[in-house]
Amino acid sequence: MEYRIEVENLNVYFDELRVLKDVNIKIRKNIVTALIGPSGCGKSTFIRILNRMNDLIDTFRMDGGVLLDGEDIYDPKVDVVDLRKRVGMVFQKPNPFPKSVFDNVAYGLRVHGLTDKDALGERVEESLKAAALWDEVKDKLDKSALGLSGGQQQRLCIARTIAVEPEVILMDEPCSALDPISTTKIEDLIHKLKKEYTIIIVTHNMQQATRVSKYTAFFLHGEIIESGTTDQIFVEPRDKRTEDYITGRFG
Amino acid sequence: MTKSKNEFIIEKGLLITALSSIVIIALIIIFIFIEGLPAMESYGPINFIFGLDWSPSDNQFGVFPMIIGSLGITALSLLMAVPLGLFCAMFLAEVAPNSMRKILKPTIQTLAGIPSVVYGFFGLIILVPIMREQFGGTGFSMLTASIILTVMILPIIISVSEDALRSVPHEYKEASLALGATHWQTIKNVIFPAAIPGIITSIILGMGRAIGETLAIIMVAGNVVQIPHSIFDPVRALTSNIAIEMGYATGIHYNALFATGIVLFLMIIILLIFANYLHYKKKVTIGGGYL
Repeated sequence: MEYRIEVENLNVYFDELRVLKDVNIKIRKNIVTALIGPSGCGKSTFIRILNRMNDLIDTFRMDGGVLLDGEDIYDPKVDVVDLRKRVGMVFQKPNPFPKSVFDNVAYGLRVHGLTDKDALGERVEESLKAAALWDEVKDKLDKSALGLSGGQQQRLCIARTIAVEPEVILMDEPCSALDPISTTKIEDLIHKLKKEYTIIIVTHNMQQATRVSKYTAFFLHGEIIESGTTDQIFVEPRDKRTEDYITGRFG
Repeated sequence: MTKSKNEFIIEKGLLITALSSIVIIALIIIFIFIEGLPAMESYGPINFIFGLDWSPSDNQFGVFPMIIGSLGITALSLLMAVPLGLFCAMFLAEVAPNSMRKILKPTIQTLAGIPSVVYGFFGLIILVPIMREQFGGTGFSMLTASIILTVMILPIIISVSEDALRSVPHEYKEASLALGATHWQTIKNVIFPAAIPGIITSIILGMGRAIGETLAIIMVAGNVVQIPHSIFDPVRALTSNIAIEMGYATGIHYNALFATGIVLFLMIIILLIFANYLHYKKKVTIGGGYL
């Protein structure tokens, strides 16, 4: 089995606060990995390590190794812009730009230098189709993306992310602001996308983790308590704390 | 019972304060029109607005050169202040480290509080001689006035635009960076466009200050009533006209100065309507603006 991402002895600090403690995890290619755990346990901080979004925070410090396809992404020689193109991200709150539907999806392509109109149109259509949104928006591509429903906006954000053809897609609680029907649509989409992309999803929703993921890691107080196949974690957890969490005894 | 009575008193009190400020402004406008209209009527509104000669001793009251003077000075100063101000705002909002912003922002806001006579005096003592040496002539010119005005309106444009840029939701910035855009691409393509309504507001405020400014302009613009042939010619602004001559004006001359005020008032209204229209249109097209 090939690994896309390998994290070794990762420690993350904000000022003096140690947010992640000796995190070790290997994430497999083209498979969905779910990160579960109570609020404030460091899941979001962890996935933001993988596309270096934490770099935006002044007080951020880290040590340890984070390898993407065997290369250390925190090596000074790494181009952060290029890394973020390879590791896309979908945020908790749908955050389309205040631009048209088309321009939202074309944005990433344009900043990476694609200007040909036909090629842009094709890629935008492909991406919207891949995000199962094309049929709903094909007649309003030039309308503001802010006019779409929350679920549509989130799928637009996914379309925008896959338009730049990343290898990995990080999803930070992508359904937490959505209704059940929109959530189902996003989950169906995740199933479709996992064939081509390595997906890491943070979720508070235990059922969601069992529905979409093959592997699961349980975070608590900045540590990975247990990780393994989703079946094993949910059916026969090895650690008492994992069991307490998934059975709803705390968190 | 007493609670609802209290509410009633507070609501009415607020209403009265709001109304009184509107009434005061309305009264001033009415007064200006009452005093100014006789001059417009007797000289003819078209002659007054488009007349080229202003010579009160010969009963010539044409303010057109001063309209050009006011518009010219304002346009020229906006031309310099807007690009400078916007780049400075982008620097403060996006690039400057926190410690630097903490010093720069209050400093810039303080600049906005310096009285215009100080800027005018600085212009008279420092800038006019420099202009005289560099470009010849007297040094009193439209350009000199515009440079002083640029310095005066920069703080407004910088601080209001910076607020607009900073109030663009952080999510947009994160989304753009997460797609692999560079910081500058993010500023240029996402943050700046989203902040445009607020940036237009800053330009409107700067323009309002520029067109209404009197004292500093009197001190450096030369105040000659003429349509300038170049930016190095001296000009007189509408505001300056009122301030310079009000001390000794009587009769129709006195009314003509109020009529100058009417022209200034109408000009500002037209500019504001135009600017607000732009602001509104931009807000509608991008769907939600900031500030």
